[in-house]
Amino acid sequence: MPPLTPPKSGDALFASVDRVNAELFTLTYGAIVRQLLTDLEEVEEVNKQLDQMGYNIGTRLVDEFLAKSNVSRCVDFKETADVIAKLGFKMFLGVTATVTKWDAEGTSCSFVLEDNPLVDFVELPDTCQGLQYCNVLSGVIRGALEMVSMKTEVTWVRDMLRGDDAYEMRVKLIKQVPEEYPYKDDD
Amino acid sequence: MIGVGKAKQYANVLDKPLSRGRQEVSLSAFAFLFSELVQYNQTQVDNIAELERRLEDAGYAVGARVLELLCHREKGNRRETRLLGILSFIHSTVWKVLFGKVADSLEKGTEHEDEYMISEKELLVNRFISVPKDMGAFNCGAFVAGIVKGVLDNAGFPAVVTAHFVPIEGQQRPRTTILIKFAEEVKQVCIV
Repeated sequence: MPPLTPPKSGDALFASVDRVNAELFTLTYGAIVRQLLTDLEEVEEVNKQLDQMGYNIGTRLVDEFLAKSNVSRCVDFKETADVIAKLGFKMFLGVTATVTKWDAEGTSCSFVLEDNPLVDFVELPDTCQGLQYCNVLSGVIRGALEMVSMKTEVTWVRDMLRGDDAYEMRVKLIKQVPEEYPYKDDD
Repeated sequence: MIGVGKAKQYANVLDKPLSRGRQEVSLSAFAFLFSELVQYNQTQVDNIAELERRLEDAGYAVGARVLELLCHREKGNRRETRLLGILSFIHSTVWKVLFGKVADSLEKGTEHEDEYMISEKELLVNRFISVPKDMGAFNCGAFVAGIVKGVLDNAGFPAVVTAHFVPIEGQQRPRTTILIKFAEEVKQVCIV
C-alpha cells in the first residue's frame, strides 16, 4: 500500500492555501448583503437567500476541503464537528471555532466563533434587526454536510451584531443518508 | 475569576480599535463568495450591460469604504488632491492591500487627455471565472472597475471606469485593462 500522507494541522493547512486580504472578503460580503436588502427588502427573504447562497457554496467547498486536508473518514458526528471547527473554519476563514454544548445523544452541538471576518466594521441598523447577517455560514455547513450524507439543521443562537458576546450556531444532525447508487449492480 | 479574558464589548462599532489589516482568508473563500455574487446578479438581469452595472455598483460600495479605511490607516488622514497622486494611490496602495501586489502598470491614454489605464495580467477576481462565448465581452473585472470608481468618486475625482480584455500576442489569456475616463470638471480643476 502506498504510504498515506497524514492530515495536516489547521495552521499548516491555512498556510498551504492561497490567501487574500480579509478586508476584501469582508467588504465584498457587505456589498452582497446590501444588494440583497435593496432588491428583496424583506429581511426574512434576505436571510433565506443568504442561506441558499451558503448552501451552494458549501456543496462545492466540501470537495476542496476534502481534497486539500487529507482527513480520513470521520467515525461519528462528534469527530465531524471537531474537524469542521478546527480544520474547516481555519482553512477557509483563518479562524478556529470551538465545539461546545453537546446534547445527550451526541447529535447536536454548538460552534462558537469569537472572531468572524465576515462582520468586521458592521453594525446592524434598527430597520434590519431581524437580519441574520452571517446566515451564509449556516448555509455553507448545511450544504457541505449534505454532500457527505448528513442532513442537518443549523440555527443561530448568539450573534455579536445583536449584542451577544460571541457567534454561536447550533448544528443538529437530523439523519445520516446512506449513499445511493444511480444504477443497479446486476444490470 | 469568571469573565476574565472575554473580549471587551464595545457599544459602538466605531469605538473598536482598527485592525492592522493583516488578517487573511483563503482565496477560495473569496472566489466562492464572488461567484455567488455573480450568479445571484445573473438571475436579476436580462442583459450583459445590466450585469456589469450591478457588479460595478457592488464594487463601488467596496471602493468607498476602502478609501476611508486606507486614508485613515495608511496615510494618516491626509487626502490626495492631485490627479497623479490619487492614481498612484490606487495603483500601489489600494491594489497592494486588496490584491497583495501593486498593479502591473499605470499608463496615460494616448488618444484622449483625460484617459488613464491600469493593467493587470490576471485580475484576482477573474482567476476562477470563465465566460461562455455567448456572453461576448462580459468581464467580471467590472467589480474591480467599480472599486476604482468608488475610490475616485469619493476622493473628489469623478470618472467613468470600465474593465476590458486586451488580447496579447503569445499569451493564452488576455490581459485586463481598467480604463479610467475622468469627468469634465476634473480636467478643468486639476493641472496635471
